[in-house]
Amino acid sequence: MSQQGYVATPPYSQAQAGMGGYPSGFGAPPSQPLYGHYGPPPQSYPSGQLGALKSPASSASALPPSPSPAQFSPNGLQNGAHSQRFPPPISTPSVSQYGQPPPAMFPTSASPAQAPHPTQQLTNQLSGMQISGYGHTPLQGPQSPSSSAVPPAFHPPPPAMGHPPLMSPGASSPMGAGPNMGAMTTAPPMGAPGPFPGQPHLGGGGFPQPPGPAGPQGFPTQQGAYGGQMAGPQPGFPGTFPGGASQMAGPPQKKLDPDSIPSTTQVIEDDQTKRGGQVYTTNLRGQVPPLVTTDFVVQDQGNASPRYMRCTTYSFPCTADQAKQCQVPLATIIKPFATIPKNETPLYLVNHGETGPIRCNRCKAYMCPFMQFIEGGRRYQCGFCSCVNEVPAFYFQHLDHIGRRVDFYERPELSLGSYEFTATVEYCKNKKPPNPPAFIFMIDVSYTNIKSGLVKLVCEELKTLLNQLPREEGAESSSVKVGFVTYNKILHFYNVKSALAQPQMMVVSDVVEMFVPLLDGLLVNFQESQSVINNLLDQIPDMFADTNESETVLAPVIQAGVEALKAAECSGKLFIFHSSMPTVEAPGKLKNRDDKKLLNTDKEKTLFQPQKGVYEQLVQDCVSSGCCVDLFLFPSQYVDVATMGSVSLHTGGSVYKYSNFQVPVDGDNFLRDLRGDVEKPIGFDSIMRVRTSTGFRATDFFGAIHMNNTTDVEMAAVDSDKAVTVEFKHDDVLAEDTGALIQCALLYTTVGGQRRLRIHNLGVNCSSQLADLYKSCETDALINFLAKSAYRAMVNQPLKTVRDILVKQTAHMLACYRKNCANPSAVSQLILPDAMKVFPVYMNSLLKSPALVGSVELSTDDRALHRLMVTTMGVEDTQVLFYPRLIPLHNIEAVGEGLPVAVRCSEERLSEGGLFLLENGRLLLLWLGEACPPELIQSLFNVPSFAHIGSEVSSLPELDSPQSKKLQSIIKRVREQRSHSMKLLIVKQKDRLETLFRQHLVEDKGLHGGASYMDFLCNVHREIRQLLT
Amino acid sequence: MSGPLPKGTYKLPLQVDEDFYFILLSYRVCVQPVVEAPSLTRGLLTCIPPASCTGSPESALRPCIEVSGVSAATAREGRERDCSGTGTSALSLFSEAVMATYQEFIQQNEDRDGVRFSWNLWPSSRLEATRLVVPVSCLFTPLKERPDLPPVQYEPVQCSRANCKAVLNPLCQVDFRAKIWACNFCFQRNPFPPSYAGISDVNQPAELMPQFSTIEYIVQRGPQAPLIFLYVVDTCLEEEDLQALRESLQMSLSLLPPDALVGLITFGRMVQVHELSCEGIAKSYVFRGTKEFTAKQIQEMLGLMRPVNQAVQGRPPATEAPISCRFLQPVHKVDMNLTDLLGELQRDPWPVPQGKRPLRSTGIALSIAVGLLEGTYPNTGARVMLFTGGPPTQGPGMVVGDELKIPIRSWHDISKDNARHLKKATKYYEALANRSAVNGHCIDIYACALDQTGLLEMKCCSNLTGGHIVMGDSFNTSLFKQTFQRVFSKDYNGEFRMAFGGTMEVKTSRELKVSGAIGPCVSLNAKGPCVSESEMGIGGTSQWKVCGLSPSTTLAMYFEVVNQHNAPIPQGGRGAIQFITHYQHSNTQRRIRVTTVARNWADAQSQIQHIETSFDQEASAVLMARLGVFRAESEEGPDVLRWLDRQLIRLCQKFGQFNKDDPSSFRLSESLSLYPQFMFHLRRSPFLQVFNNSPDESSYYRHHFVRQDLTQSLIMIQPILYSYSFYGPPEPVLLDSSSILPDRILLMDTFFQLVIFHGETIAQWRKAGYQDMAEEILQTRHPMPRYIDTEHGGSQARFLLSKVNPSQTHNNLYSWGQETGAPILTDDVSLQVFMDHLKKLAVSSAT
Repeated sequence: MSQQGYVATPPYSQAQAGMGGYPSGFGAPPSQPLYGHYGPPPQSYPSGQLGALKSPASSASALPPSPSPAQFSPNGLQNGAHSQRFPPPISTPSVSQYGQPPPAMFPTSASPAQAPHPTQQLTNQLSGMQISGYGHTPLQGPQSPSSSAVPPAFHPPPPAMGHPPLMSPGASSPMGAGPNMGAMTTAPPMGAPGPFPGQPHLGGGGFPQPPGPAGPQGFPTQQGAYGGQMAGPQPGFPGTFPGGASQMAGPPQKKLDPDSIPSTTQVIEDDQTKRGGQVYTTNLRGQVPPLVTTDFVVQDQGNASPRYMRCTTYSFPCTADQAKQCQVPLATIIKPFATIPKNETPLYLVNHGETGPIRCNRCKAYMCPFMQFIEGGRRYQCGFCSCVNEVPAFYFQHLDHIGRRVDFYERPELSLGSYEFTATVEYCKNKKPPNPPAFIFMIDVSYTNIKSGLVKLVCEELKTLLNQLPREEGAESSSVKVGFVTYNKILHFYNVKSALAQPQMMVVSDVVEMFVPLLDGLLVNFQESQSVINNLLDQIPDMFADTNESETVLAPVIQAGVEALKAAECSGKLFIFHSSMPTVEAPGKLKNRDDKKLLNTDKEKTLFQPQKGVYEQLVQDCVSSGCCVDLFLFPSQYVDVATMGSVSLHTGGSVYKYSNFQVPVDGDNFLRDLRGDVEKPIGFDSIMRVRTSTGFRATDFFGAIHMNNTTDVEMAAVDSDKAVTVEFKHDDVLAEDTGALIQCALLYTTVGGQRRLRIHNLGVNCSSQLADLYKSCETDALINFLAKSAYRAMVNQPLKTVRDILVKQTAHMLACYRKNCANPSAVSQLILPDAMKVFPVYMNSLLKSPALVGSVELSTDDRALHRLMVTTMGVEDTQVLFYPRLIPLHNIEAVGEGLPVAVRCSEERLSEGGLFLLENGRLLLLWLGEACPPELIQSLFNVPSFAHIGSEVSSLPELDSPQSKKLQSIIKRVREQRSHSMKLLIVKQKDRLETLFRQHLVEDKGLHGGASYMDFLCNVHREIRQLLT
Repeated sequence: MSGPLPKGTYKLPLQVDEDFYFILLSYRVCVQPVVEAPSLTRGLLTCIPPASCTGSPESALRPCIEVSGVSAATAREGRERDCSGTGTSALSLFSEAVMATYQEFIQQNEDRDGVRFSWNLWPSSRLEATRLVVPVSCLFTPLKERPDLPPVQYEPVQCSRANCKAVLNPLCQVDFRAKIWACNFCFQRNPFPPSYAGISDVNQPAELMPQFSTIEYIVQRGPQAPLIFLYVVDTCLEEEDLQALRESLQMSLSLLPPDALVGLITFGRMVQVHELSCEGIAKSYVFRGTKEFTAKQIQEMLGLMRPVNQAVQGRPPATEAPISCRFLQPVHKVDMNLTDLLGELQRDPWPVPQGKRPLRSTGIALSIAVGLLEGTYPNTGARVMLFTGGPPTQGPGMVVGDELKIPIRSWHDISKDNARHLKKATKYYEALANRSAVNGHCIDIYACALDQTGLLEMKCCSNLTGGHIVMGDSFNTSLFKQTFQRVFSKDYNGEFRMAFGGTMEVKTSRELKVSGAIGPCVSLNAKGPCVSESEMGIGGTSQWKVCGLSPSTTLAMYFEVVNQHNAPIPQGGRGAIQFITHYQHSNTQRRIRVTTVARNWADAQSQIQHIETSFDQEASAVLMARLGVFRAESEEGPDVLRWLDRQLIRLCQKFGQFNKDDPSSFRLSESLSLYPQFMFHLRRSPFLQVFNNSPDESSYYRHHFVRQDLTQSLIMIQPILYSYSFYGPPEPVLLDSSSILPDRILLMDTFFQLVIFHGETIAQWRKAGYQDMAEEILQTRHPMPRYIDTEHGGSQARFLLSKVNPSQTHNNLYSWGQETGAPILTDDVSLQVFMDHLKKLAVSSAT
């Protein structure tokens, strides 16, 4: 039913009847009168008290933003205790597990009192859900292989909305986790992983190798216990578990344990433990790299580092049918300019002389380790198209005894996965070597920006910042030229030629047909013109100090930038500091189309569609002249980010938004962003081409890119933060022995004005076994792909359809695994592939992301911005965005070198006496519990108690206490890990800002709609069951 | 300046009636009290018996052909002496005779009123007037320099009749007792205003005194508007040229009055309007050179819009002072800034590819200049000074594309209708010029380039607004530098020789109507009783706007006698014309100059002799030439020549004495004797001949021809030639090839060129002192003439050879080898041949 792609697949364009109720039901319970009791907290909370089985988690998620602490905290404590109460595990699979009549469990586990509508149908559903909800019996064995074991009562598909209230008791269950990938296919589904041993394994450091059969490939078995980290001792599953697929079989205990469902933090921690600090060599095809969160060192031995390329799966299915069957997207996320740690080797530069890089004659792939040299080295066979090419005379080299060229290790293009070629003039625009790029700073000097102090701030900063312009490796100074333009509804260009005694200002009022009034002197070398530029930057704030012009233009400003770069025959980047919606009668005039009435209608998508016409043309112009547009927005109201940002998006630029900008509050944050943006590694005027070996090809591209045809990915600029997600489709059958080869070639101009080709090669395995695919999946990459494709789809389809598709696809992928890879087990069991066990939590978070969930409380601009941001993101960014890091800091004195272990993003993990830092790559939120010890408050805020902290406190004072210093250094460390400067917000419990904070607790029920993690799992499970029957 | 005064040959017998004589005397009285005139009171004319008549009719009819060359030469000499300030020669020449010759009368009229009529007696009916061939017309110099004319500090008294509004003048009848005056144009009786209460026989206001037939009033009303100079500077110049221009401009700042407003627009590929009042940073507004804007848009873009609420509150916007404009600032405030700005002025930075012309947006630059002034200072004296080094190559008003392989249009292209941009560009500049004229701003064009610069298309900017055109090879020549400097020359009062925003109105007595004007003016479309239906020049109006005036600016005015033949004017009747010129003086005062002139009517049948003797052949030659040039602007060259020829033949037929079909019997009276010669040279002049001239040159020559005063115009028509010989003092010689002798140095002044020609053997006489004369002319002429120093066989000798009468050519070889001169290699006919033909045609019975 559901497909992998979002484009042009018919099902998405029409509402699916069967799915109709689900998202809205999850999002807005009150709209469904039948379940009305579930939505409003006053109803649900008492029910939690009445119903013995009411899950604390679900009650918490249903709570209003400020639940009564008295009721809340005991629940949290209870949670911690649950795991202890699991019955002893049963190591022998029992066929009879599911043989127990459901009604038998029903009365015991789910009391009738809990069911608000004790009709037969509901009862049936309820029982069905209980089973689907990971079981309730402590002694569940493996499911009967026969699907007929499912009681007939389960057959009627439960109404989509029927179960949340009933689900909750069963939703919490321990989960059997078999991280041992090798064992996945062979391991029998364990029906009762939930019952944890009475004495849990201690130590988060990892489990010893389980005594059970080791993975056939000899991988160390990954410990896969799911315990609440908060609970201290980590429960593990018994060693008798032979690893195996993650399964969920609900323990029948009365208390439901959220700790028992797959935990992202745990997976991250485990991977860090297992692979952290190790060297990852890329010599083997199809290896699954460590998680993006893991700290590891890459050694390039023929495949590109996962920092450059990361795939959704490292084992492609051999046939298109299989791919279609499993619905796992085949994609790679390419971050061609990814920053690599200092301890990894930078890219080598290869020069093949005047003839340019050696390429296959047929498919034009560049020389790489996949080329097979034959006939004594006189020819080589292209690994992509199998064409046999002559080796040019100057390149000839003998082969050694294993058929490898003698100079194998001397030539990066033969031995490495990533390297660069020097491009010849053939690769340059107009066959002329490029000029060094230019940065043009375009400052909106309308009333808003002058008044907010922004103009002064920018001008001051630029004086020093321009010394840090990116430069060619080894170069003494940067050859990037700089230029300055200010504007309101007219444009002011500045001639800052070094020969001038004072700068010259040239005003262009003709915004209808923009042009650049000067040729020489607009773009200059900063070092040479420093005095004139400083003079100018001193004057700009004064010149406009008493302006009362509040209207602005935008499209003409960008046009001017493009024209300036065209005139100077160079590529470059525009830094536009813009305040308001361009309303002046000029090209690109925008009108306010922010209509909250459109939310949750089929027209909601129009809010995200950029305005047509001028901006489209602008994008074309920008891309063809290598002009990247970075927008720094300082709006006080709606500015139509969807349209403005589209220019940045398609030109490889970034959009930064600082609503209601005030220098004291946002100044530092903005300056950090600006510095980062100016200094980061970047390439200009680039074209990327992804070549693949025969049998499949790149079909779809997502990112800050522009495409005029189906193969050339054009990027006016590409920097270290920009990633392009590429989807592949089968053309033909892939051979298992040759694997699937991918070569990404990026032609670009360096900051020093050199034309280069950056090549990343990656080989992945091919397998006719779907199990291999599931084994080699990369959840973070999958989410990256799905997020980008969903965000693209959302401008064409109603958001509800997009969400439905995501759920469907999730269910489909998991159902396919269940059907084809997992050992037979009861339908009621939710079985997750090990590599994808946290996939649902990410998916749920994606479904709840602001872009996909409309709410009157979310500004349209922020949603559009979120959408644009994600489109350009790499895997690291999407990972943390969709599962923020929540770091407990109340034991701040004890924090050592590393950061404290993160806890799960759920309200129940918070404690009133705690202090938590949450980061998602864009924001830093410091949450203060009400019962925070006064000493800690004193040492951090220099006020006696929690109550003394003002509700509007915006920054953390720098105090001379060890705690404060520690906190500062932690914040600094966290910030260093991210490309964006994250604004620090201090959130007091029960304060206004807490709403914002809670939005990021992705395991909980969404504030603006969206299910809790557990509810989502239930729902997915139901979908899966539907698919399987 | 006086007209040429030939020696005794032209002493004329004056058979004039009393009235005429009286007028003659009365006009003389203030200048040269040779004849005592009775005091004039109340404008009532006392008859005075005619003085004795001298001269013989024979001499009047003496044929002039034989002496024409000589007389021309002597005429020049006389004129030249006058110019050089020896002054009294005119009168002294006639000292033995009675003073009252027409020459003298004409001279005095010109000196006092700046008026020279073609006829000084007017034929009394329309029919007779048309038969005289040369229309009743005059050359009028509105602001003729009158050191002896102090302006009066009050305003003129006007006739109260709504469609008359003539100004009180010495010709009006005044009743001192009733304190009433009668308008001499409409005969309306008007009471004097209260301020004239003390008027009496012995206490007369100046405007009633006969010597104040020209009088100047200072208007005290209204705010004084500063002068405005807006420099529009082309930056597509060679570095050397730009440097020279920069220096000239910087120098000019010191010449401007300190409170004058000054502005700067530079252009090349783009147009930059410089803001002058900013410190620390040089600001300018930049416009694309290809896109035209309305004046309103320009003001909007320059941020010059007035606050809108003013009108809403019901306050009339007229009461507001002109808004101050950042782009036009007093010189004394910004001269430092501007000097720096000019110093930093760079060549247009946009690269000019091989084989291309630089992109020059002259059209837009001018339109912005016009729009800027229009919005900020309408109806205030302003000069837009355009300095350009090449043709406009883009945008509206482009004259030629930027492809060098396509040359700029030539006369050949124009005649073949191959000039692509001509019509469009001309239309564009005309529209601009008209807009500018409406607002009273004038446009100067200083075009310095080796190739053409599009003057043909742009000429109307200056022609319609009274601006200057200066054409040179480079800004780095003294021709440009000194001419430019001379724009800012000052008069005896230390005031600039320029006036702005002039309107000239003509009132005529009822027998006359005005047909039109030719000069640097535009019609104001003022219909009225004195406007003729037949148009000559710019007609259909009695008012013209002359935005830029100098003391030498001279308009040709053409009149029509409307009196019907069967309604004779009573004997002794006179026609009167009043010129009322409003203008802004360079000291920012508003002034009105009123000139009232009158001439007697004469019956052409009975008094044809008198009319003939009243003929001013110099003025007539210039007036007819202006008509010819005016026609040449719109008609084919040969047609104009044919028209001129026909007029000449008709004139000769009318006034010549001959026996039918006997060319040798043809004689012309002395008052017409030089006229054919002028026409001969006019036919060969660059004003009518386009051969050998580029369209730009033709436009340039014509531009100056239609605005200079009579003396200069005559030089243009018939250059003056001086000969320096070893044997005696320098002497004027015939403009004839026979004057070119090996042992002479010739100096020729054609107005536009000053040619020094060294005879074949003259090298050793180079130090004979001829430079002084050249120097003197160079010092005083505006625009400065091109100084050409050449010698026998030199390439520049063509300037001389093309001007002289080709009496010896390769065609009449018999004169070869004689010592009488040098042959000219031309197929042009010589004056002799021309005259022979003229005589033949004049006497022929066929026409």
